[in-house]
This record gives sequence, C-alpha cells and structure tokens, in this order.
Amino acid sequence: MKIAIASGKGGTGKTTVAVNLAWYLADRSRKVQYIDCDVEEPNGHFFLSPYLNERVEASVMLPVVDQQKCTSCGECAQKCQFNAIARLPGNTLIFPELCHGCGLCLHVCPTSAISEGERSIGYVETGMGWGGVQFAHGVLNVGEPMPNPLIRQVKQHGLEDHIRIIDAPPGTSCPFVETISDADLVILVTEPTPFGLHDLKISVEVAQARGKQVCVVVNRENGPFTPLNEYLAVNGLRVLARLSEDRRVAEAYSTGEILVQALPEYAAHFAAIADEVLSLTAAEKYRSLEVHP
Amino acid sequence: MKEIVVISGKGGTGKTSFTAAMSELFSDRVVADCDVDAANLNLVLNAEIMESFDFISGRRAAIDLTKCVACGRCREVCRYEAISTDYVVDGFSCEGCGACHFLCPTGAVSFDETLCGHYYTGKNSNGQDSVFAELLPGAENSGKLVTAVRKKAKEINESAGHAIMLTDGPPGIGCTVIASLTGANFIVFVTEPTVSGVHDLKRVMELAHFFKLNGAVVINKADLNPAFCEDIGKLCNERGFELFGSIPYEPQISQAQRQAKTILAYAPECSASAAIREIHQKLVKRLETV
Repeated sequence: MKIAIASGKGGTGKTTVAVNLAWYLADRSRKVQYIDCDVEEPNGHFFLSPYLNERVEASVMLPVVDQQKCTSCGECAQKCQFNAIARLPGNTLIFPELCHGCGLCLHVCPTSAISEGERSIGYVETGMGWGGVQFAHGVLNVGEPMPNPLIRQVKQHGLEDHIRIIDAPPGTSCPFVETISDADLVILVTEPTPFGLHDLKISVEVAQARGKQVCVVVNRENGPFTPLNEYLAVNGLRVLARLSEDRRVAEAYSTGEILVQALPEYAAHFAAIADEVLSLTAAEKYRSLEVHP
Repeated sequence: MKEIVVISGKGGTGKTSFTAAMSELFSDRVVADCDVDAANLNLVLNAEIMESFDFISGRRAAIDLTKCVACGRCREVCRYEAISTDYVVDGFSCEGCGACHFLCPTGAVSFDETLCGHYYTGKNSNGQDSVFAELLPGAENSGKLVTAVRKKAKEINESAGHAIMLTDGPPGIGCTVIASLTGANFIVFVTEPTVSGVHDLKRVMELAHFFKLNGAVVINKADLNPAFCEDIGKLCNERGFELFGSIPYEPQISQAQRQAKTILAYAPECSASAAIREIHQKLVKRLETV
C-alpha cells in the first residue's frame, strides 16, 4: 500500500501530514514506512529523527568516450536530445549535468567507442525513525539538476509489507509525476488561498490523468474560502481532514516536533486520514485473499 | 538592468507574496514568474495578457502499430519503462530520448515535438510589465520554460529600458531553480525560522556559491522562533550573505491574497508592510554596488 502526500504549492503542510500520519499509524501498531521523495529539500528526518544505519550512493549512467576509438563522426552528438554531447575536432565531449542517462549514444556509435560509466547524483539513507516508523530518504547533490533518477531509487527502498507514506516534492511537473507514479492513493494537502487552489487544480488534473485516486486535506483553514469549497464539491473530491490556522502548529513545526504529540487534540484529524488509509489496506488484503485463497 | 531572483529552497516561505510586494515598490521594473509549474504571481499582480506564446519543447515517441512488428527492440533500449507490452508509449514516463525512434528496425516510432505549455506577457492596471507561464499539466522541460520566460522578460526590459528585473523563483534546488539563477545579478533568499527552513536555506546558499552569485536573506514569519532567527543570522555571517531584515508572522497576508492584493495594498500600516518597505530600501542601496 503506497500513499503519496503531495501538494503542488510548496509549504502547504505535506511533510506535517506525512510524518504525523506515519507516526499515528505506527502508534496504532501498524507497520509503516515514511519515504521522503522531496530529494531537493528533504525535511522529514527532522520530525522522525531516524537512526540512519544504511547509506547507498545513488548514481546514473554516464557515457565514457574512448578517444582512441572515436572518429569524431558526430553521430552521438547529433542524436542526443539533451545537448549533452559536443563534437570537437578529434575529440568528443560529454556534459554530465545535461545527460539523462538514456544510453542512446552507446547504441548509435558506429565504432563502439562509448561505454557506460557511473556518476553520483546523491544518496539514499534508510533506518528506523521515532515511534518505530521505518525511514528512507534521498538527498540530491547541490548543483545536480535532475531529481527523477534519485526519486526512483529512493522508492526502490520501499518495504513491501509496510504501509508506505511517500512525501512528494512541491510542484506539478516531472518530479511530482515520478513520485506519485505507483501510488495507490494521492492525498493532496492544500491551503484555502487563491495560490493553494490554483496549484491544487493542476495537481488534481495530473494525478487523475495518471489514473490516481485523489483525496484532499485542507490545512490552515481560517474561515470559509468559498472558491475552494465549490471546487471540491463540483469535482466530488473527498476531504479527509480540515486543520485550522493555528500559530501553535507553526511553532511546533518550527522545532521539528510531531504535531500529535505536541498538541494531542490534533490526533483526531490524523485518525480520520488513517481510517481512509486502513480501509484501502483492508480492501487490498481482501483482494489478495481472493486471488490466493 | 539588474536581475534580482527570489528563491527559498523550502516551499511556502513567502517568495511570491514577497515578490509581489517588491514589484509594487520598484516602479521601473519587469516581473518574471519562473515558478512555472505552480505559477501564482499573477493571481496578485492581476496583469492582463498582452501576448501569448506556445512553448514547444522536447519530443515524444509514438508507435504506429501498423508498422510495428513487435520485435521488442524499443522495450529493450528504453530505460524509462515507458513502452507497454502491447507497444503503447506512456507519455508521462517517456523522457524524450529518442532511443526507440532511432533504433526501431521498421521505422514505426514517430518522434515529434510537443506543446509543453504557454508563456505570456502582461500589463497590470498601472501599465507595468510582467511575464508568466503555464506548463501543461504533467509536462516536462520546465527548466527550458523558465529560460524562455526570462529571455522574454529581458527582451521587454531592453525595449522598455527598465532598471530592474524581478524574478520569482521556484522552490527546491533542481533544474528550474538552476535555470532561474544562471546569469542573474542578485539573489534574495526568503526563509523562515524553522528547522526545515534553515536546512533548505543552507542548500540554496550552496547552490548560489556553486554559481558564484551574491545575495541577501530575508526572514519571513520571524517571530515564530527567535532561536532559529539567531541561527540564520550566524549562517549569513558564515556564508557571506547579508541579512536584510525580518518580516513578522502575519495572518493578514493570506487575507490579502484572497482579495488578490499585496500585503502593502491590503494592510499598508501593518508591521509586515513596514518591514517590507524597509527591506526594499536596503535592496535598492545594495543594488548600487552590484
């Protein structure tokens, strides 16, 4: 069972919802893993304080040119869609940051002068977090433009028999699409402002185009915001919880506290979100029983 | 012309609200919204669209099943698992590398350029210029769209002779952020005094060093946690970035946003507005030396 927590707009409370949901489920004796796919700016570790006992370098394929064999014919540079190869007289140059690691150059080189090397783009760390939550996150190297290969590698550290809570990066383009690609449910955290609503609409559109089931959590509610409520109603989007604007929440967040511990009255909200997750888990188990009686 | 880019690392620290307020204080400027996959600045600027441009970028594979002999070569060479067992390309997974197109033995894979979004030039009710964009939902090449937005904004600047270009950047440190920063004159980091805010600020500061860019820091929601404000002050000293000032936690900012106004227009007397005006003065002074 994979639950992606995403938002479109940054800073709406993705990480707050993700870590508290994970903590709440673990506290109710569920096997839970928190997976931080916001590899550009991972923050979940501040809340779950994991003991990280494994670190794996994340690398992508990088072409290596054997200049002895290379005839500077330019075939690879011409075919590369990412401008990652330049042909110079008597030399072929690779620009690692532009390379998407697709491997096309290996195939098109007529003299087999290109082989496959590796380049590190960051690392994945795993361990055991606060309250028994299993933990995994990826950290992208600064200056590295492409987070997607690392997001894929972080997700590979998912534990099959655990409920996996996946913290997505902000935005609605490729890193978001990559993160939610194999999720069973996408929970979009929004805030009742024009910015929040604008980005929610795009996120819903992308997630539904990917065939995802979508639910919403409204954060920092401060009186009714009619355009949001109308949008949710018209599109039949279910709201799992509504958290109100509360300076105490922001203060607890600032120091990396688990909200349901710092302010126990918030537990009811996470109970409601957890119910949704557990009913999906139960349905999944039931289906697997039908297949393997 | 001097280009100021506003970034934060962490999302939701107040980049866009800050940029919108600054755009009101700089009279002779063009504004560019480079957070192309969550473009919100125009919800406050309310610019009317003057010109619209298609953003065509990157190519996508599609398989003609009448020519396909199901040899499996494309599935073998595709590293993005974008081709199904019945030879249909998943447009979301396709990276646009062209391996399937170039290596298909029967020429069954087409590889055409795709429309990834639009970008616009606009003018607000005061006749001030802005450039903003919309990436199509789930489309790729957002870094290139950022580059297109900045290029257009610079063109406007050159023809109108504005002194300042104000760029609202995206969160994170990835391709869109890098595309927003390269060749800019000055960075304003908008951060917040939280454990995540400080951590993410360090990473964007490293990115700024990487590209050898100068900048200064603004702490938003400053009274949330004074201890972290001190840490941010120290960090600024260590890393050689000036601390421009602090904006207090102000719930009226979201009220202002709901009325499509900047905080300066909505509540000019509040302490956040006063702080923003002060930061603007410092920025003007600092830009003289850039």
